[in-house]
Amino acid sequence: MSAGIQASPLAVAPSAAEARYEPRVRTRGRIAGGWRGIFFGATALAIVLLGMLLWSILQPGWSWLSWHLITAMPSRIPANAGMNSAIWGSIWIVSISAVVAFVIGLGCAIYLEEYAPRNRWTGFIQTNISNLAGVPSIVYGLLGLVVFVDWLHMGRSVLAGALTMGLLILPVVVISSREAIRAVPLSLRQASYGLGATQWQTIRAHVLPSAFPGILTGVILSMSRAIGETAPLIVVGGASQVLFRPASLFDPFMVMPLQIYNWTSRPQKEFEHLAAAAIIVLMIVLLLFNAVAILLRQHFSKKTRW
Amino acid sequence: MAASAAEVRIPEVTAGMKSAAEAPSQTILDLRNLNVHYGTFHAVQDVNLAIPKNRITAFIGPSGCGKSTVLRCINRMNDLVPSARVDGQILYHGTDLNGANVDPVEVRRRIGMVFQRPNPFPKSIFENVAWGARINGYKGNMAELVERCLRQAALWDEVKDKLKQSGLSLSGGQQQRLCIARALATSPEIILLDEPASALDPISTLKIEDLLRELQATYTIVIVTHNMQQAARVSDQTVFYSLGESRQGILVESGPTQKVFTNPSDPRTEAYITGRFG
Repeated sequence: MSAGIQASPLAVAPSAAEARYEPRVRTRGRIAGGWRGIFFGATALAIVLLGMLLWSILQPGWSWLSWHLITAMPSRIPANAGMNSAIWGSIWIVSISAVVAFVIGLGCAIYLEEYAPRNRWTGFIQTNISNLAGVPSIVYGLLGLVVFVDWLHMGRSVLAGALTMGLLILPVVVISSREAIRAVPLSLRQASYGLGATQWQTIRAHVLPSAFPGILTGVILSMSRAIGETAPLIVVGGASQVLFRPASLFDPFMVMPLQIYNWTSRPQKEFEHLAAAAIIVLMIVLLLFNAVAILLRQHFSKKTRW
Repeated sequence: MAASAAEVRIPEVTAGMKSAAEAPSQTILDLRNLNVHYGTFHAVQDVNLAIPKNRITAFIGPSGCGKSTVLRCINRMNDLVPSARVDGQILYHGTDLNGANVDPVEVRRRIGMVFQRPNPFPKSIFENVAWGARINGYKGNMAELVERCLRQAALWDEVKDKLKQSGLSLSGGQQQRLCIARALATSPEIILLDEPASALDPISTLKIEDLLRELQATYTIVIVTHNMQQAARVSDQTVFYSLGESRQGILVESGPTQKVFTNPSDPRTEAYITGRFG
């Protein structure tokens, strides 16, 4: 064997055909390993950045985390300040907006996937739903201010905020629900129609149960977005201090990201620590929301026996 | 060469053939001038065919000749293809299935379908069979119905202890028999099978064929198959489709299976069944 060609222990019976191949097994192996390394690096970088982010929050905030923080109302004195009204405000806003977006978004997705004819008009609608998912959130805030706060006289209320947030996450819910519905195999629908099922019976008994885990995944992701959004709620009216938790849909509200923003903009050093602690609380509430949605998803996956 | 191959093959194909000469049967389905277009493509042209009651009719022919398309017209599954247009009449006991006052949902209850790939619902075995009956308003004892259908589909003994398991936990052949049991549960008169054994191993295939012979007493069966031995083994009537000049599907010949396989009247049929074409 010449030096340039890599000797293989498998080449026991050299033939005329062998000479026509240059397998470069080791070179190809090194290239494959290189790509593997690049992908590993990308993952590692993401994890390291996430870890740094967590550290930058946990380090200043951990010692300020207390029962008092989550039970007390906001105050000008750092030692007395809490975020109870903001926690409840966020829970109200996220729950209502998720329900609104789920109901409208799923209905829209079912119509577009199952009933709507495939023509230029529905294609136009579909493209624009995708575009809406990319519209800056402040634009939704302005829309909410005009439509809900002013025209519909909701004022700067929980309802106006939740509906605005519901609109904001609606495109994501529609898109992910459509993807999930489209992924239900045609053979399953055919089996159902073949037995004399109506379109609604097919959707209800086969399409939705199969698509439900995917639909819920979309809702979970959009809830994570809703709980962290600040800009549209500043416009719709959650900006000022609120010293009580909302008791009805028409009460004024405060949400956690606004509270955090409020604290970080104050001069006293203590409020920075409070803000960091509030971010930890925000993350915990978000994880709780997601846990509920994941449990729901598992519950519905179990009903389908793949 | 080709001629000698034909001499060898024909006896082999006809060896296991059912004895013909059964009493003539009444016509349950009458296809008249059936034409199917997908958009601008003329998929099936001028099919005229009578399908006898309580008999097994096999559709054979090369790929793309429209045999599955004709089958899907019979229970209006082509309605689900937006670009499909069906012209002509399909008379079921004298009523045109494409008539304005006919609901495809009712058609499909009376004319069931088993598909090429087994497609059980991702539900329990019991629920796979029960669902179709339930949505069609079955009021009798469901457990009894499920057992009867599974017995008819020759699957009961294999699944009676695991009715709550997923239909997808079964083997491919068992899944296909589950799909047949599921089709039986809506009490259809006709069962359409679209290459039901093409995804199955030979033993499962034979089980399905035995099953079809048993079901024939109660049901009218129409089966599309790529396997000519299968058509010869199970069917009473064979319909041969082929491709016309612009690749549209045409019905070349139909008749008693024994005649089509031993003494076809069209040279194209002979070429196909002797393996010289397709």
